[in-house]
Amino acid sequence: MSKKVIMIEEDIKRTLARIAHEIIEHNELLKELILVGVHTRGVPLAKRLAADIEGFAGVKIAVDTLDISLYRDDLSSLELKPVVKLTDITATIDGKSIVLVDDVLYTGRSIRAAMDALIDLGRPRSIQLAVLVDRGHRELPIRADYVGKNIPSSRHEEIKVNLKETDGVDEVAIIPTPSKEGR
Amino acid sequence: MRTTQVKPRVTETTTAWRHHHILDIDDFTREEIELVFQTTRAMKEVLSRPIKRVPTLRGKTIVNLFYEPSTRTRLSFELAAKYLSADVVNLNAQVSSVAKGESLVDTLGTLQALGADIVVMRHSHSGAPYIAARYIEASIVNAGDGWHAHPTQALLDLYTLYEHKQNLKGLKAVIIGDIMHSRVARSNIWGLTTMGIEVTLCCPPTLLPLGLGGEQLPPVKIEPNIELALDKADMVMTLRLQRERQKSGLLPSIREYIQLYQLTEARLARAKPDALVLHPGPVNEGVEISPAVAHGTQSVINEQVANGVAVRMALLYLLSGSQKQ
Repeated sequence: MSKKVIMIEEDIKRTLARIAHEIIEHNELLKELILVGVHTRGVPLAKRLAADIEGFAGVKIAVDTLDISLYRDDLSSLELKPVVKLTDITATIDGKSIVLVDDVLYTGRSIRAAMDALIDLGRPRSIQLAVLVDRGHRELPIRADYVGKNIPSSRHEEIKVNLKETDGVDEVAIIPTPSKEGR
Repeated sequence: MRTTQVKPRVTETTTAWRHHHILDIDDFTREEIELVFQTTRAMKEVLSRPIKRVPTLRGKTIVNLFYEPSTRTRLSFELAAKYLSADVVNLNAQVSSVAKGESLVDTLGTLQALGADIVVMRHSHSGAPYIAARYIEASIVNAGDGWHAHPTQALLDLYTLYEHKQNLKGLKAVIIGDIMHSRVARSNIWGLTTMGIEVTLCCPPTLLPLGLGGEQLPPVKIEPNIELALDKADMVMTLRLQRERQKSGLLPSIREYIQLYQLTEARLARAKPDALVLHPGPVNEGVEISPAVAHGTQSVINEQVANGVAVRMALLYLLSGSQKQ
């Protein structure tokens, strides 16, 4: 039951810088861009990406936050509800290019919920997806436009992204969970 | 067959929440009330959207079972349920088979058979929702029972206060009026006390509630003199005075009540300058509160109504996943 560290602070920093460059490269109209962080860890990641983009391209990018709890497809089966956090989309998203930012891309269900939530708020020109880690096991036809690191994983493992803002340390680790039937 | 199912990724869950029913807030912890605040804040964002609807309670059936007339509470619950995409049925007991003599328990059996998930219930008898909770698997939400409790009103009052003051601990609240017959006051006394707010009751001694300081109500201060009661208050709540109270002999006259207990600008000046004025409605302007105060800058009466929908959305959300205890 030992955890295996995949990325440390330096790796995360370098990876985010690379994603920031990719976002700049793919979006000619940077001022039409909004980074939307998915609660919880997508929010600090979006802020860091915005800071990087501003550093590299000199354009200040809006950062908004999105909570997907009310859009989850598994609400009736969850015994404990997720705590609903504040969705904060400050300006209209109509006609804007959105980059959704999340920490881990897994089944794709969170991103489906995030896209539904966004489309309820307006009609963006496009929605792109940036994730720090893609661990596979997709259950929906969803892929990321910007991937920090592909980490092939087993369903019995947990990929834990820790960030300074939320967890006090920057680190990505694989934690094996006991493989029980039906888990 | 799938042997491995992906565990849902939920970063933070409502572990503080342990209610299957909301019957009163006398059994709410501070953590639960804070969770209601946090969830309400998110629901207010939904209400601020051009399209106020989220798919959260799709496929859930909510029944509004009202044995007593109500406008704002029923409307508020109905809108809350609709904004969360639940199916809502309103059952007005005065015109249903209840009028043909069907008992509460039979009605609940019918609702259960029809697949109700949450029953929002108002009844003129104190304790009726507690009986209901024993006979139905659905969650019961007490929307007011007799003189006993009105928990969702107390939570929306607390939330309105929280929006303005943030830190509630140590604040001073005054409740003025017919406290004895007020389910709003009783639930507020519990809620305010749980959040560490000092509560003073101000009313004619004949209208004081029974059981103060015991199991039925936590200890509070009593100050029949309105000027003294309002001294440095952070929140003032006035209650509707029902004219029947005079007939029942609990009050010598409405005119005397107005002289001694009406919340006027001059009296409100005794409270802190930023004190909030709340009223659960409907307001008897010129009786328990002067029109100038009811419509004044310190009045948050309309905010209370608006917050009511968001608080009820939060509560329906929190209840929708709770397991039968």
